[in-house]
Amino acid sequence: MKYILLMNATKEVFEWYSTWPKEELQANMAFMRKIAAELKDEGVLLQTAGLAWPQQAVIVRAGSDGQPITDGVFPEAKEFLAGYWLIDVESAEQAYKVAARISLAPAPKGTPGTMPLEVREVMDRAPEEMP
Amino acid sequence: MISELINVSIDELLRELTPHVLGSVVRRFRDFSAGEDAVQEASLAAAVQWPRVGIPDNPRAWLTQVAFRRMVDHIRSETARRRRENDVALDASFIVEASASENASSEDDTLVLLFMCCHPELTEGSAIALTLRAVGGLTTAQIANAFMVPEATMAQRISRAKQTIKTSGVPFQLPSAQERGTRLRSVLHVLYLIFSEGYATSTGGELRRDDLAHEAIRLTRIVHKLQPDDTEVAGLLALMLLTDARRNARTSAEGELIPLAQQDRSLWDKQAITEGVALISATLPKGSVGPFQLQAAIAAVHDEANCAEETDWPQILALYDVLKRISDNPMVRLNYAIASAMVFGAPKGLELLSALDNDTRLKNHYRLDAVRAHLLELAGDREMAVVHYRAAAGKTASLPERNYLLTQAARLIAPEESSV
Repeated sequence: MKYILLMNATKEVFEWYSTWPKEELQANMAFMRKIAAELKDEGVLLQTAGLAWPQQAVIVRAGSDGQPITDGVFPEAKEFLAGYWLIDVESAEQAYKVAARISLAPAPKGTPGTMPLEVREVMDRAPEEMP
Repeated sequence: MISELINVSIDELLRELTPHVLGSVVRRFRDFSAGEDAVQEASLAAAVQWPRVGIPDNPRAWLTQVAFRRMVDHIRSETARRRRENDVALDASFIVEASASENASSEDDTLVLLFMCCHPELTEGSAIALTLRAVGGLTTAQIANAFMVPEATMAQRISRAKQTIKTSGVPFQLPSAQERGTRLRSVLHVLYLIFSEGYATSTGGELRRDDLAHEAIRLTRIVHKLQPDDTEVAGLLALMLLTDARRNARTSAEGELIPLAQQDRSLWDKQAITEGVALISATLPKGSVGPFQLQAAIAAVHDEANCAEETDWPQILALYDVLKRISDNPMVRLNYAIASAMVFGAPKGLELLSALDNDTRLKNHYRLDAVRAHLLELAGDREMAVVHYRAAAGKTASLPERNYLLTQAARLIAPEESSV
């Protein structure tokens, strides 16, 4: 079963991250490299990517001529995708366990809680006989 | 162990033979698209059979023969499909051996194939993929892997590229003398893109993909051998060698980006530097100086300094000054500003940067912010340097680069630390 683990954050959180002290920042970056390597070694990771920051994020729609119309205005509270891990595991519980491991990514001292991840199953199951 | 070695040498042999075999096939059947598939199939067959039964006495003739058979099969099925009555008297029995007399033309074949694969009507991505397959002899799977896309996607990209070539009706021959110069520039551009992709991958989290860089160097060596008098070909080869020489010093064991000034120069590849310096030194006096030669000369100046402090910045500034005149590229202006700052002080560099603020080509590009941050730091303005390091981090699409830029900013807000 394939799951995608999504790391989301508001612009405020992106900005906060960029102000972390050097050691904490480096610890976090090293953790992210390590967890990706581990999941790859375990044969669980299909793909992972970080996204460029949302400063230049745009909403695109086709105009009446079919050409793109871009809009870059987002509500303050909007959560942007920061990165994702696409994994292949045996059960939802296993997917949650992987998410929990990633959630332990280090943050500066005093940061409340651990990092939240949104877990979604990817529609990849074979269709079953309909009753 | 031994069988592994044999496999490696078979792989190398196949890649070396690919353009020659493909040349024979295309000249015989006048169909680049189908011929390219046939040669790929022949290579795959060889990769399966040779490790078991050994490399044939004449591997090139073997490959040519298998590819010819595939072409005959292809033509037969095409003919059947079209329900044509005419008897296409093609038979595998009359297949020619790749004889020594073919060697002269097959050298040119490589060049003709490169011109085809780097045809200006193709998108850069298609040209890269096609070049790696038809001339580099890589399999679709290998190319897909290098660019981190599914194999089916890459196969489709290659097949569409071949369709474009077919529709454009490019004949399988060298471009006319007038055209050749421009077309060779397209070839060099594609080779440079392959190299850059290998050197600083534009996708994914890892900084290097050495095999692409090495493949680009191998192909550029072939072009240089075929066109020894073209100074830009030599310049590009020298640039690749001199840049690739720093490969092992460019990232830390943890995968962090290390800037030129802080690299451990004992890790640089001396042999590559010697070769690159010799090549560019022999090329520059020939005249007709172009952008690749100038960039190679700049890389040579960097590579020849025993430590960052010994870098001959006035020399680099002079070279960027010439480069700036012949190439209207904002990245060159950025580098010119850095060199100016190193020679005349940070304020001079910052002044030059402000002239670039309205350049639309740099709008939203992280590098203007990154350079400004660096120069502001040199000028002692830590606060503004932090602002621009962070702004650059927000714009880059390279993860190692973003990590580096954020760490630079974090370093500056920790006043007790004096260096990285």
